[in-house]
Amino acid sequence: MKNIAYQDIVNEVAGLTLACSRLTPSCTAAMMEACTKERNGNARFALEMLIKNAEVASEAHLPVCQDTGMAVVFVKLGQEVHIEGGLLVDAINAGVRRGYQENGYRASVLDPITRVNTRDNTPAVVHISLVAGDGLEITFMPKGFGSENMSRLYMLTPSEGMEGVKRCVIEAVKLAGSNPCPPIVVGVGIGGTAEKAMLTAKEQLLREVGAPSEDETLAALEKELLSSINELGIGAQGFSGDTTAFAVHIGKYPTHISALPVAVNIQCNAVRVSSVTL
Amino acid sequence: MSEYKRLSAPFDKAALSELRAGDRVFLDGVIYTARDAAHKRLFEGIQNGTQLPIELKGQGIYYVGACFKDGKPISAGPTTAMRMDKYAPTLYDNGLAASIGKGDRGQAVYDAIVRNGGVYLAAIGGAGATYAHSIKDSTLIAYPELGTEAIYRFEVKDFPLIVAIDSKGGNVYGR
Repeated sequence: MKNIAYQDIVNEVAGLTLACSRLTPSCTAAMMEACTKERNGNARFALEMLIKNAEVASEAHLPVCQDTGMAVVFVKLGQEVHIEGGLLVDAINAGVRRGYQENGYRASVLDPITRVNTRDNTPAVVHISLVAGDGLEITFMPKGFGSENMSRLYMLTPSEGMEGVKRCVIEAVKLAGSNPCPPIVVGVGIGGTAEKAMLTAKEQLLREVGAPSEDETLAALEKELLSSINELGIGAQGFSGDTTAFAVHIGKYPTHISALPVAVNIQCNAVRVSSVTL
Repeated sequence: MSEYKRLSAPFDKAALSELRAGDRVFLDGVIYTARDAAHKRLFEGIQNGTQLPIELKGQGIYYVGACFKDGKPISAGPTTAMRMDKYAPTLYDNGLAASIGKGDRGQAVYDAIVRNGGVYLAAIGGAGATYAHSIKDSTLIAYPELGTEAIYRFEVKDFPLIVAIDSKGGNVYGR
């Protein structure tokens, strides 16, 4: 049994929120590649500006984008860990609160009915999985809602098969159009229940941009869909162009004999993820 | 990189009519911020005939909820314009000259822009730090209780934009 102190978790999570001020290296690389090969002048203008913006943000510790998101936190909690001094979720929220307030990150979270803002960007959305060992891995993803609003869930019938899956992903990207700040990363979850499909889709956004699935069939599907999506010609910011998506990341989970769920969760051009293991 | 045109806010309708979709402009002058919650209030104010906290005639509204540190905007890129489509035609019909946001608009907004000789200017979504750098002064104008959704007056200099929908309905979205 390993003891981890509540306050240590608060401090680490506050530090993780600094991800709001930098793109992940794989996102920057994808953006530069897209910019180099872009043939549409307006789209290239947008990509050049985004590359410069990421440099400015990272050097001056400014938020890359003013939408510093809802804090989505993925936890892998070792079964041999005991947390001392308070509840894990409280510690995560305290870290988010401090990180957002200290760095001037936006308080974007409110009650969905009264629309009254909580003023400190809490609560975070926390997903905890219990794993073997005595580690505590915390991954922070500030998820902007220009892209989150474009999420879609399709409950297909098994007869619709892989052609149905492809149709849904393309349709979701088409309907999202210029709204989610393309170039995007398309997270897809196939199978499970309704909520498991969407969570699987979101988990795929944690992968390095463009890192293929370890499953060969899914990797081939990712490649095929990426090419179809980029043929749509939506382009950076919807200005038309060669790169609508940097990558398609697909995950799967066993599902019911009656079902073929397909969830699409979209990530905007500002991929921001940070992780720590205690 | 192609050339920028200069544009100043508040706007002169004659200057706006010269703009064409795809033109890159540097905007100087004064614009007001409003996003979802402030739009709802402005819209209801117009419906009820009450005095608005800002004069719309000739003005530009920037769809943004900025990040502030020590009272200054530190990241202030555009939010998705489509969410304001329900309110925008009424605002254009009541004098608004320009809206600034990201992403394509619905047909009713295109119609309102053409009807009123206005424009829709696109800022680059995701470039928040860059835009904050072009904001020289920021003043809270109305609805402080809305936090980042309050209306601010921004004084901007060399604010980089693309004309996304021009006064004739020409656009950069391939419609």
